[in-house]
Amino acid sequence: MTTRVYVSRDAGAVAVGAEDIAQALEQVASKRGMAIETIRTGSRGLYWLEPMVELATPRGRVAFGPVAIHDVVSLVDALASDGPHPLRLGVAEDIPWLKRQTRLTFARCGVIDPRSLEDYRAHGGYKGLERALTLTSDAILADVTTSGLRGRGGAGFPTGIKWKTVAQAHADRKFIVCNADEGDSGTFADRMIMEGDPFAVIEGMTIAGIAVGATTGYIYIRSEYPHAVAAMNAAIAAARRGGTLGTRIGGFSHNFDLEVRVGAGAYVCGEETSLLESLEGRRGLVRAKPPLPAHRGLFGRPTVINNVLSFAAIPFILAGGAKAYADFGMGRSRGTMPIQLSGNVKFGGLFETAFGITLGELVDDIGGGTLTGRPVRAVQVGGPLGAYFPRALFDTPFDYEAFAARDGLIGHGGVVVFDDSVDMAKQARFAMEFCAIESCGKCTPCRIGSTRGMETIDKIRRGESVSKNLGLVEDLCNTMKFGSLCALGGFTPYPVLSALKHFREDFGPAPGNLEAAE
Amino acid sequence: MISPYESWDTARGAEIIAEHSQVEGATLVILHALQDAFGYVPEAAIPMVASALSFSRAEVYGVFTFYHDFREKLAGRHVLKLCRAEACQAAGGDRLAARAEAKLGIALGDTTADERVTLEPIYCLGLCATAPSAILDGRVVGRLDEARIDALIAEVQR
Repeated sequence: MTTRVYVSRDAGAVAVGAEDIAQALEQVASKRGMAIETIRTGSRGLYWLEPMVELATPRGRVAFGPVAIHDVVSLVDALASDGPHPLRLGVAEDIPWLKRQTRLTFARCGVIDPRSLEDYRAHGGYKGLERALTLTSDAILADVTTSGLRGRGGAGFPTGIKWKTVAQAHADRKFIVCNADEGDSGTFADRMIMEGDPFAVIEGMTIAGIAVGATTGYIYIRSEYPHAVAAMNAAIAAARRGGTLGTRIGGFSHNFDLEVRVGAGAYVCGEETSLLESLEGRRGLVRAKPPLPAHRGLFGRPTVINNVLSFAAIPFILAGGAKAYADFGMGRSRGTMPIQLSGNVKFGGLFETAFGITLGELVDDIGGGTLTGRPVRAVQVGGPLGAYFPRALFDTPFDYEAFAARDGLIGHGGVVVFDDSVDMAKQARFAMEFCAIESCGKCTPCRIGSTRGMETIDKIRRGESVSKNLGLVEDLCNTMKFGSLCALGGFTPYPVLSALKHFREDFGPAPGNLEAAE
Repeated sequence: MISPYESWDTARGAEIIAEHSQVEGATLVILHALQDAFGYVPEAAIPMVASALSFSRAEVYGVFTFYHDFREKLAGRHVLKLCRAEACQAAGGDRLAARAEAKLGIALGDTTADERVTLEPIYCLGLCATAPSAILDGRVVGRLDEARIDALIAEVQR
């Protein structure tokens, strides 16, 4: 009998040795004459347990992890007999960290073979597209609106309204663009879904194409994600072979095809208009809005541009799940959010859950506090442009409006944990430095403001005219916030001002530096 | 070690440009293809790209310089990129970057005198839950600590 095992090929798992483990398993098994079939999946997102190896059993897939190379010999014994092992974690789905989640978008991630269209279909894939093919454009748009889905890239704009605008526009061509330029530090959900369930992204984009009358799509993936590029390209080829991309999809009259385009290391290209410029082959300079991309987007044509997670949420919604999706969440934040826990955290990974969970639950309970075991001091939510939250604000529920009310943002759902060794003045300086490095240069507040901000924070850190310079930084942040063209310059003040507000003590002159400043 | 890249050759460059010049918005596609072949984007290729796409030379040069990925000369034989973004900072990345700089005797962004190693910062590999992370010649590495960074440096210095 062949023993079937599953090992992730997700970049996060590969980075900690999954490739070596998969090879060693096969070698050790073959030496013993044991028949073994290794299926490479995406990651379940429990990264502290990677590399994780799962064994198919009649009771479900039993997980082992984190597996080191020296564990492989004993692990093969346990796999052969479905027997005990120190790394045995029980049935994967019953691991509490996974069981507590509500996996709608990530239901298949880590479960299926991301290169197999058959596996995708066997796990409910393409049910949404099959239904969408029988619906009118209006009916598809109604489902998306009913679900309450808001853009998961960070801005939270209602997806249904965006799609409807494009559907109603008249043009010779329309485009569907997937923003896979996931540049925010602390976020990796787009990468995971592209590597672990790429057909979900393709299906979501295809449904968008049918809904708005577009026949061409582009997925713009950052060059820092070579594994995601490979996985998406393989899935696109498989979808074409399977007749779910190309002409006459599923035998219906709709045509839709798409291709991957690779970025070139510019963070600002995650901003949608900069991304469109880049796709057109230009410098990634942001465009002034209006016109909105929905009216004049790629090559001047009406364009749906959404984040990977927005498209990946669509198959569930169109497979009859619009109402069920909307039933999750709180306030105007409906459905689930794939939250990403990282940095100095004990249990880092992907936690998809309904909106409404508090920051404290996420960090202390689910994240298990810091990996170093020191107290949590600050948490940055929403990437490099997100605010730093102190423990005093841990009662904030994960919700677009609740974070905004506390001068923060949930952005793309990244939560980065810092322990008490963090220097918040240094973090504030880094926010300005990052903005200076990545500014596209089109508007002055962002281009010049970030450099001046960095210099001024340096003066504060050296103890030069601290209170005067703090006032300058605040004034500068105000100019950047209201005077910048896009979120890069506009939101850099969030980490800076939150660090100042909640961690003021870090901006005072350190006693040892007083002398040097004189 | 033999370079994995071809030497610049005008005819070969023209062939690569022609291969991609018909796709919509081809500039980045072509620049990537040139760099994949030659290891950098040779200056001589810029006017060739411009003429293939009916852009001005300045426009193509502008695109080339806008994006961090494109190189104007060959990097070292090995390229080690260390993530310097927040999640890796929180996990001790600053210390490891300083250690790598000291061990190699160069700053981030520089290449060793023997042209063996280029050390660069990168802002997020999406490996934040296995931070600190790096990518060496396209191979991702996570959960870096002193021992692992030392091993990577020993590997590139071999």
